[in-house]
Amino acid sequence: MMNLKGLSINPKIWGPILSLVAIIVIMGIIDPGFVRIEFKDGRFYGSLIDVLVRATPTAIIALGMAVVIGTRGIDLSVGSVVAICGAVAAMLITETDLSFASVMVLSLAAGGVIGMLNGIMVSYIGIQPIIATLILMVSGRGIAQLITGGRSVSFDSVAMDIIGSGMFLAIPVRIWIAAGLLLLTILVMRKTAIGLFIESVGANARASRYVGIEARLFKMFAYVFSGICAALAGVILIADVGIAEINRLGLWLELDAILAVVLAGGSLNGGRIYLGLTIIGALIIQTLTTIIFSSGVPVEYNLIVKASIILAVLLVQSPTTQAAIKDLNMKRKGVRT
Amino acid sequence: MISERTLPLLSAIAVLLILYGYGSFAYNGFFGLRLAGYLLTDNAFIIVTAVGMAFVILSGGIDLSVGSMIAFICALMAFLVVKLNLHPLWAILISVLVGTCFGTIMGTIIAVFKIQPFIVTLAGMFMFRGLGYVINTQQVKIDHPFMTTLSDFGVYIGQGELNFVAMVMLVLLAVGVIVSKYTRFGHNVYAIGGDSNSAALLGVNITGTTIRVYALSGFYASVAGILFAVATGSAYPEVGIAVELDAISAVVLGGTLLTGGVGYVFGAFIGGMTFGVIQQLINFDGSLNAASTRIVIGVLLLAFILMQKVILIWARKVTAKPV
Repeated sequence: MMNLKGLSINPKIWGPILSLVAIIVIMGIIDPGFVRIEFKDGRFYGSLIDVLVRATPTAIIALGMAVVIGTRGIDLSVGSVVAICGAVAAMLITETDLSFASVMVLSLAAGGVIGMLNGIMVSYIGIQPIIATLILMVSGRGIAQLITGGRSVSFDSVAMDIIGSGMFLAIPVRIWIAAGLLLLTILVMRKTAIGLFIESVGANARASRYVGIEARLFKMFAYVFSGICAALAGVILIADVGIAEINRLGLWLELDAILAVVLAGGSLNGGRIYLGLTIIGALIIQTLTTIIFSSGVPVEYNLIVKASIILAVLLVQSPTTQAAIKDLNMKRKGVRT
Repeated sequence: MISERTLPLLSAIAVLLILYGYGSFAYNGFFGLRLAGYLLTDNAFIIVTAVGMAFVILSGGIDLSVGSMIAFICALMAFLVVKLNLHPLWAILISVLVGTCFGTIMGTIIAVFKIQPFIVTLAGMFMFRGLGYVINTQQVKIDHPFMTTLSDFGVYIGQGELNFVAMVMLVLLAVGVIVSKYTRFGHNVYAIGGDSNSAALLGVNITGTTIRVYALSGFYASVAGILFAVATGSAYPEVGIAVELDAISAVVLGGTLLTGGVGYVFGAFIGGMTFGVIQQLINFDGSLNAASTRIVIGVLLLAFILMQKVILIWARKVTAKPV
């Protein structure tokens, strides 16, 4: 009974989860190898593990994006922030003798500062979020090129190797990092008032100010958080390959992140933050990407396949389709009784 | 008497004039019909895209697919003319029809299934880019006497040349302005963007208008793609990357609010020209490398927006006093 009650409270949450399960099950039927997971030499192998590992940067950025979208904003600059912070981390490792901890702190702080600039532009100056973050999206990659002098920086660092491909308790370190961040975010958003305030700012900024919520501060906080998330993703991405390739680092990541949030059912009109489902959204995107790459479909068709499947998922989840299904169910019940 | 609605557009025009004035003052050969003609031609396809985008944004939506649409239409043109040996006039007609159809399909998905435009057009962006790649993955030259006639056609006014591309742009701009101001459809677009619930209660056909808005954007984007093909005489799949962002910025710089319902289609022209002038300022200066050019564009964009805000606040104070 409890379970059923849970189902009826928010049927929305089942959309993304069922979509992910459906995609995996269909793939598993077509190619059983896709769902096989092996345990060898103290680590798991398999396409699904691969999906988890590769999805972490997108998932981390999507977490920040979910909070920003919750305030009725959007952050287009995350791809550029990934490039800037990747460049900062790579340069700090190669050019200075700073300890790994301080490199991490400085890189994340760089992301936080950039996020704060976005936040100030959006909440205190009142520029529309899409335009305010567009400025950094356009110029950010240029800044990253200036930091590295336009070249790709390769580096050698044990700590970075651990972040990139290390294992802890047979599970990749980066998954622990993402899981830790998710847990922390859920705690802050659900167990403190901050989450409620941020959602209320997104739902109605003026009303929130009238009831005494410092709306502008919370809006800015969301962008700072998004910047830090992007920085963390940037560090993980360069740790993965041991080289910071500025021109390609984090390209198009903002679109994947926004897509993950929307697949999770978050409205771009703000007021709702779904953290766990956002991770599911990121996993859906990565599963599709992995399937497309491993299926041997010609590269040219990649984008078309991705777009078609995303459209299919969206159409199934859309209010109109849901209403039509409900209607159908009601009619069937009506016939029975 | 300046109304609140025209203020952003007027401040955008003021900033464009300031930038242009600064250029004329600082660099030789900046002022004059030659550069003016060049600006019109060079920014034609951004402005055409932005005019379609202006309708979408006025209706409270957004269209991210336009950049990929341009690439797809270019590729389709090349395919029809080079592979199927069609006359370019037919190819242009077919391409525009296909582009408008795709716009209509996206509009239908947005309006009927009530999915957010940002996401539907994002999927469209992937889709069209992919379709462009499927048609051809390399650069293709579109060689046909008719295309050369089109791209060479032009009228000289003093030193400045008003060529075919610029003319099409000006005609489409005029059509856009007229449609937005003097037709029922234009008024419906404003009504939906302002408050779609009230519009629905007043009897505006929301579904129909939304579909037509995206069809219109698809039409304008495909014409932009054709202008690109005519101007460069070639097609390659990387065309038009990030054009959607340029078009959105042009519309917003022209004083249209992204929330919809407030602004003018003509602002798209002002915004597009502002981009062009900024680019020319950087060209005339000539001392910037690729990396810093991007940063300067970003900083100028920010400066422009702040300037607009200051002018707005100042103008409000000035107009408020006499009363």
